[in-house]
Amino acid sequence: MTTSTVTARTAVSTTGVPAPARLRRRRRLARWGFVAPAVLFMLLFFGYPLVRNVVMSFQHYTPKTFFTGEAPLNGFDNWSAVLQDALFGKALWHTLVFTAGSLLGQFCAGLALAVFFTRRFPLNGVLRSLILLPWLVPMVVSGIVWRRILDQDTGVLNSFMDALGLDGHTPWLTSPHMALLSVILVNIWIGIPFNMVILYGGLQEVPREMYEAAALDGASAWRTFRSITLPTLRPVITVVLVLGFMSTVKILDLILALTDGGPADATQTLGTLTYQNSFVRLDFGAGAVVGNVLILISAVFAVFYLRANRTEGK
Amino acid sequence: MSKRFNKRPREAVIPLAVVCALVAGAALTGCGRQRDGSVYTVLNSSTDETYHRWDAEAMARCGKRLGVTVEQQSVPAAQVMTKALRMASSKSLPDIVQFDASEMPVFAEAGGLTDLRTLGLDTDGVPRGIVNFGSYKGTYYGAARSVNTLALFYNKDLLARAGLKVPTTWAELRASARELTRGKRYGLALSAGGAEDGVFQFTPFMWSNGGDETRLDGPRVVEALDYWKSLLKDGSLSKATVGWTQADVNDQFMAGNAAMMINGPWQVETLNTKKSLHWGLARIPVPKAGAKSVAPLGGTVLTVPDTGDERRERMAGRIVGCLSGEREQLTYARHSWTVPANGRAAAVWREQVPELDALADQVAAARSRTARLGAGWPGVSLALQSAFQAALTGQSSQAALQRAQQRATSGN
Repeated sequence: MTTSTVTARTAVSTTGVPAPARLRRRRRLARWGFVAPAVLFMLLFFGYPLVRNVVMSFQHYTPKTFFTGEAPLNGFDNWSAVLQDALFGKALWHTLVFTAGSLLGQFCAGLALAVFFTRRFPLNGVLRSLILLPWLVPMVVSGIVWRRILDQDTGVLNSFMDALGLDGHTPWLTSPHMALLSVILVNIWIGIPFNMVILYGGLQEVPREMYEAAALDGASAWRTFRSITLPTLRPVITVVLVLGFMSTVKILDLILALTDGGPADATQTLGTLTYQNSFVRLDFGAGAVVGNVLILISAVFAVFYLRANRTEGK
Repeated sequence: MSKRFNKRPREAVIPLAVVCALVAGAALTGCGRQRDGSVYTVLNSSTDETYHRWDAEAMARCGKRLGVTVEQQSVPAAQVMTKALRMASSKSLPDIVQFDASEMPVFAEAGGLTDLRTLGLDTDGVPRGIVNFGSYKGTYYGAARSVNTLALFYNKDLLARAGLKVPTTWAELRASARELTRGKRYGLALSAGGAEDGVFQFTPFMWSNGGDETRLDGPRVVEALDYWKSLLKDGSLSKATVGWTQADVNDQFMAGNAAMMINGPWQVETLNTKKSLHWGLARIPVPKAGAKSVAPLGGTVLTVPDTGDERRERMAGRIVGCLSGEREQLTYARHSWTVPANGRAAAVWREQVPELDALADQVAAARSRTARLGAGWPGVSLALQSAFQAALTGQSSQAALQRAQQRATSGN
């Protein structure tokens, strides 16, 4: 059986291209064959929508377009309309504050908890899995639950504050000055588990001997944390922050469920603005503009992420 | 032997690629697949179990009469428009789409709807206001089964205990609301949330006062918003009002946190689940005694999209005719606590549900939100939401509405 195949092959190879070249070409072909589905997939499901979105932002794209298929190009009309709109500047600022605030809160709380859980104590595992809960709840559900908790009159939080003798009339979601902060706090709550899990994983990788050596040298807890924990954790921190950034900057469902972008546009972000432009006002061109700005911001950070990873690789 | 194993993966690539291609192909062709001859589909927003069931029953009855099968495809109300648009671009529109009346103009403007009159639907016996409700630029695109509007719901026991009459003017409403505000209970609840709910609730105040959506910074609109602000300042309205949807308002009323509320009859089904709550219904108070109470006309219309298949469109028209016929209207209105669109059906309905009498009067004088602006409504609505939220959280009504008007005219 085996011998017959071998003879058959050599017979074929002698008639055509020399064996090594053919083999190489075949191998190259096979390599591309394996990559092709992924490339095709990326082009179809990422490349096409991306290009489409960019083109759309230069088109007069209205409900009519869905019937006629015609979307006349209108140059920078959409861009100038959106960029001149006062709401865009507001939304950009809110997005910035929301993202920075959420990341800072999530990361600090996540790191503190991760460090806390590296110690051994009873119920460690149980507590750790309890903290994971926010991660398991769908975003919209947490949004709706938190909307109830934060209700000014009937919410649990205000009642609780009342019981403690604090002023229990905080307008968490109904004051334009408070709403953004409340939304950030809820998002921090949602993001803590992700940060904690990844950082906890990173902490497991720090060699125990280094801590022992530090202890022998008489280093304080803070010194140990700053000189050993943080530097060894750096690659993990980059990953956490960049991934956190990219998932935070585009958050839509949470804000829609909590405040609908209100009150008085106090929690409008680029995410809600693109939703509003496209799906409420049905001005898909304007929606695409805001979407593109979001993509651009994310892309900048994606580059940072890739560069950070590459230097780590070397 | 080992060689054969090595060969396997590469051989597997080809069938795998074939399968992928097939799946992708099926997914793409699935969009434009052929319609089943005798099955007609209705896209609606009846996602609630009860509404879905009532609709299914009505469609079964109509289908039986016409010798076809009618199926419904329900998506959340906010997705009907985008879903229909997507279906339009893939040439797979359903035979009938049930739009919210405020959304219909957008779809009609895009050229997606068929004139119902050419499909043989007559409008005899349908009050003019409701024909207009389903019309855009003079063409009758949407047949309404029933309509709804807003009214003042009040807690009978609380009003009786305070010795108050049902308020009919703004001054009376303000005084009663203040009187009824006690402890954790507010005199009045309404929705000023940042969505269509809030705008819907603001319109009766704006319109009854002579204000208009074409000039948001007009003095009449400013006055109406100032009236809302005065209720808030009195403490008769909760500060949380700006975050409430109409469903939230109903929850507050049912929980006894509000003595009166502005809401629609679609809440009645829920309200009636609480037996200890004795509620009454009245027209929304007017600025001055003798003024006309103008409330917004709400509800959905059945439309026939322009699919190009005339035979199917005609049958779809007959299905719409049946679903919006007198008999089905009455059943639907009784189920959903709304007012039948047809005049004769409405008269029968009044006898059957006397407790909703005030609603029938209110509907008769109600106005459609899109009558003036048509497809331009969504932009104005967004500007208005932002304005009354800004005003209720501290800004002056004048300044907030001025900006809203600018935003509405600049189109952003």
